[in-house]
Amino acid sequence: MRFAVLVETRLRDGVADPQGATIERSLPALGFDGVSGVRVGKAFRFTIESGDAAAARAEVEDMCKRFLANPVIEDATISIERQGAT
Amino acid sequence: MASRVGVVVFPGSNCEFDVVEAVRGLGGQAELLWHGDASLGGVDAVVLPGGFAHGDYLRPGAIARFSPIMRAVDAFASDGGPVIGICNGFQVLCESGLLPGALQKNAGLKFLCKPVTVRVETDTTALTVDVRVGRELRIPINHFEGNYTCLPDTLAELRADDRIVLRYTDNPNGSVDDIAGICSAGRNVVGLMPHPERACHPLLGSTDGTPLLRSLLVRAGAVAA
Repeated sequence: MRFAVLVETRLRDGVADPQGATIERSLPALGFDGVSGVRVGKAFRFTIESGDAAAARAEVEDMCKRFLANPVIEDATISIERQGAT
Repeated sequence: MASRVGVVVFPGSNCEFDVVEAVRGLGGQAELLWHGDASLGGVDAVVLPGGFAHGDYLRPGAIARFSPIMRAVDAFASDGGPVIGICNGFQVLCESGLLPGALQKNAGLKFLCKPVTVRVETDTTALTVDVRVGRELRIPINHFEGNYTCLPDTLAELRADDRIVLRYTDNPNGSVDDIAGICSAGRNVVGLMPHPERACHPLLGSTDGTPLLRSLLVRAGAVAA
């Protein structure tokens, strides 16, 4: 089975995010008031071949822990969807 | 025979020649090692220099740990060989698991390039065997991600085992506990954000980097057997 995967990583709460802070400070200049809590992260999209959804998720979780995210400063969320299911 | 220091060149490293020059100025032998090689060629010490290894893609240091030479660096470090990571090299050591913790963006949201003062906190590491504890050194920093952080348990361990090697006297980047450099449990792997190789000649404004690099040469000689 092939699964479409979306992994989003972002800095953990409490970790400084200069990009997010700068974007947040810039928004009012364009008239976007009242925006707060801007956090910039990364998104990874790929497909993976796996026996079932649970196995695919386990593999992606391992990938996040060991490579895609640095667990000391980043959190990751994973979305998995089966592709070509009938 | 003079000790040989190997300086690893990753695609995007940019401080390798400064390190080679500084080591030679201290009477040591230095040579460049290519990241794609699997062997360290029998050197007595390894330096991972500053720069932007692999373009800092994903995170600083995150891709460099897959370079073939890192397997040899890992084995060398496990055998007690001295390994120093400077700036981006420190980030590589953290990402590769040779040192704990991570380096996040500077707290002040600015890229910092200026001389800072660091205090030597231990004289039993590969980078400080030839320096007195408490000595203050004026050495430049040059980084955006130099704000050292780690889990509370890790910090407690670093403190308890006297593994904080250098502390900023006036914290420039928000590093936890003013940390500018740490070492491994074996005290042979040291990572630091300041650039000692840029403070090795009076023309550069400071020679305070020399006791650190001289320490590495002393340690390298001890390992040469």
